[in-house]
Amino acid sequence: MKTSTSRRDFLRISTTSAFVLALGFSSDSKGKLLKKVSTTGVQINPYININEAGKVTLFNPRPDMGQGTYQILPMLLAEELDIPLEQVEIQMTDGSDRFGSQLSGGSSSVRTRWIPLRTAGATVREMLVQAAANRWKISMNDCSTKDGFVINKLSQAKLSYGELVEEASHLPVPTKPKLKSFAEFTQLGKPSMRPDVPAKVDGTAIFGMDVQLPGMLYASIVHSPTIYGKVQSYDATKAMAVKGVRFVLKTERVFFHGPYSDSGGFDQKLRGKAEAIAVVSESYWSALKAKKLIQVSWNALGFGETATEQYFNQAKAAALHEGNEYKDAKVGDFAKALQLSDYKVQGTYQTPFMSHAPMEPCNATVFVQGDQVEVWAPIQGPDGLVNDLATYLGVKRENIKINVTFMGGAFGRKAVFDFVMQAANLSKQVNAPVKVIWTREDDIQQGPYRPGMISAMQGGLDKDGNVLAFEHRLNGASIMASIFKADMRNNPDPWAGEGINLEDSPYAFPARRNSFNWIDPQMPVLWWRSVYASTNVFAQESFMDELAAEVEKDPLDLRLHLLRDSPKFVAVLNKLAEISDYRAKRKQGVSIGIAIARSFASIVAHAIVVEKQKAGVKIKHVYSVIDCGFPLNPDNIKAQVESNIVYGLSAAVCNQITRTHGKTDQSNFHEYTVLRQGEIPASTIFVMPSQEEPGGVGEPGLPPIAPALCNAVFLATGKRVRTLPFDLSSI
Amino acid sequence: MSIYQLTVNKKKHRVDVDSDTPLLWVIRDVIGYTGTKFGCGMGFCGACTVLLNGSPIRSCSTPVSTLKPTDKITTIEGLSEKATHPVQEAWVEAQVPQCGYCQSGQILAASALLASNPNPSDEDIDTAMAGNICRCGTYTRMRQAIHSAAKKIQSTKKS
Ligand code: FES
Ligand code: FES
Repeated sequence: MKTSTSRRDFLRISTTSAFVLALGFSSDSKGKLLKKVSTTGVQINPYININEAGKVTLFNPRPDMGQGTYQILPMLLAEELDIPLEQVEIQMTDGSDRFGSQLSGGSSSVRTRWIPLRTAGATVREMLVQAAANRWKISMNDCSTKDGFVINKLSQAKLSYGELVEEASHLPVPTKPKLKSFAEFTQLGKPSMRPDVPAKVDGTAIFGMDVQLPGMLYASIVHSPTIYGKVQSYDATKAMAVKGVRFVLKTERVFFHGPYSDSGGFDQKLRGKAEAIAVVSESYWSALKAKKLIQVSWNALGFGETATEQYFNQAKAAALHEGNEYKDAKVGDFAKALQLSDYKVQGTYQTPFMSHAPMEPCNATVFVQGDQVEVWAPIQGPDGLVNDLATYLGVKRENIKINVTFMGGAFGRKAVFDFVMQAANLSKQVNAPVKVIWTREDDIQQGPYRPGMISAMQGGLDKDGNVLAFEHRLNGASIMASIFKADMRNNPDPWAGEGINLEDSPYAFPARRNSFNWIDPQMPVLWWRSVYASTNVFAQESFMDELAAEVEKDPLDLRLHLLRDSPKFVAVLNKLAEISDYRAKRKQGVSIGIAIARSFASIVAHAIVVEKQKAGVKIKHVYSVIDCGFPLNPDNIKAQVESNIVYGLSAAVCNQITRTHGKTDQSNFHEYTVLRQGEIPASTIFVMPSQEEPGGVGEPGLPPIAPALCNAVFLATGKRVRTLPFDLSSI
Repeated sequence: MSIYQLTVNKKKHRVDVDSDTPLLWVIRDVIGYTGTKFGCGMGFCGACTVLLNGSPIRSCSTPVSTLKPTDKITTIEGLSEKATHPVQEAWVEAQVPQCGYCQSGQILAASALLASNPNPSDEDIDTAMAGNICRCGTYTRMRQAIHSAAKKIQSTKKS
């Protein structure tokens, strides 16, 4: 296998076809894709291994954090290969180049692998059919495939894939394998059982936390309370006295991608990495106990007085001025259109910093042996981790092997690998396999966090209630600046405009302007489920209702009118109105609020019914409609919408991260509260039928949930919520 | 370090650990049943739930020294042979788990509820399951699955 091909070449090739991709990485210049990976199997394609007994192993290139990739990506292969998923074994890819991009993120797994993986399956199927046709001396047209067999339609004879694979692997590779039409699918497109579920009800699923290696040591970390910081001095005497403790030593935490210098890029002085102290012990409990006995004196590097309150004040001040403008949202002349408006409306919205708080805290097991590195970890992208570890440790990429485990949730957090690098650093220092486990306190107090944002909205309407001008000023941190050290002082962060650009938000405003003012968060920030769409859409969809209220229009009618040229949006809204009985007369104090958004190539609208109580309001029901293109597993799509409702409502009415004197105020689930059983409204979810390419599923359900709730609250109480989170019981 | 005798999943184990070691780490790291999870370490999340003589407890906050050798501890691995407990079957049918990390604790809590209350109301479910967080938000499906497991248990009793 060639590994010298640059990533950029690789990405370019892989977008045309996975098969070409495999060719590009084959050592055989004649284009034969056979690669014997073991004595028991033949790998015609990187993603498919068939052994002579007919056992099929499919490789899943997108780690599973609960969103369902463990099923759906292998099913793309299995569908075209014509073998039921129940008959195959699924393995995770290990980060090597031949598998292409392996990052679960941006709800992109199916969208980007939809054609390549199906092509890979169809190619191998065609080669198996050709091998059978050759043996039977008949035309390929007289063969069909089913359940792992090629069938001779003339004689009804059958040959298993296992019997044919060796022969097939010597055949020329078809350049244009025929892909099935939607109508020909036998597995995709109907509710199906996820293969990982049985292992998740009997305790056998292996998460990162569950990895055990012979001779493994456990590590617990004392992080800088100000996140960024250096160790001035520390006293490990008491910690070393705890039975089982083998080492107390200095380690570090690297922030995001290299270079891991103290000053990485613009204005990011001293933020490449932070120092930390690790306790390495024979058991995790002794490591935890010893951690509490270490006295560290920290140098906060000037971050000791930072505070989220100060950040929001800066953002609000910035919001008074127009920021760097987004071209992908620009329509007409906003300033002029506003001037000509009869009514002007303004609203400033605030969304907090958020911790991902996946159920499984960050952890990783790493064994560094000389220039060989092996990792077992719950991470969202093994290929990215190979790159980061290679830079960090100075070892060759091909010497790094990643074993991806199930993730106990991630929501974006496990797309960066600071905790894995910590384990690597420690393994190298102590010469043994080391499992680093962050505590929940580490998780909540150390970030990275979703950026808190200030959205300053302005709108203008004419006498008849038509919207003439619409403006959204984003003010806050840039994830791109945080992770890739890009300079956002004079540019609109291109990622930050998601959910409100013209493609995602095709409201037919005659004039529109979105802009971005960068504020230094003085803490690491990162993608959090649906990212900026979660903060942007809250402001935009709440403000849509403010405009409707200003001219006494029905919020649904206003949206239907402005979306009249976008039939998919209209269809989603009409379906939502139907399933929620939107236009029904509701009794005094009961109201229905709606919001709609497109993010990650899928459209979701929610309607929430609330009832006013003596104090506060109660959520009675959530209605949701999702159009995510052709629904591959409608049951899992519903599950992901359910999940987004709960995750999004928790963020709307429960939790937030605040920081004062450089420290995070919350530490564990008693302070960073989340919704529990009994606090979840009933829901009705409709998945739109569609014959279009699949869109994202893991995130699009989140952005419209908070604004739908706040719009319902306004209609029930007259109170407009502009700052999240808010307290349902006292509003 | 001291020797403690524990009965986990009907098997007796002798473990040599510090007296303040939480049952969670004994089960996971010493005995080797990793189905029981660490989520918060403070009794807030329920990921570490096991059954102590049939009742759900938080193993992260239960020092090993508080347990008697005769106490029956059940982890997810010991709830049934081959995942045949009605709650586990209902969980698969309803496709409850997403990431799955909280699910051992959820299933044990639900099985304890049904053992003491074979026909729980929604309010009973709210109370019994309030200690178990699910960040993936599988609450609605869990509620459905508990109701259907209750029906399953009742129909096998009748027949
Ligand atoms: S780990 Fe025990 S309650 Fe959270
Ligand atoms: S299934 Fe992921 S936390 Fe419950």
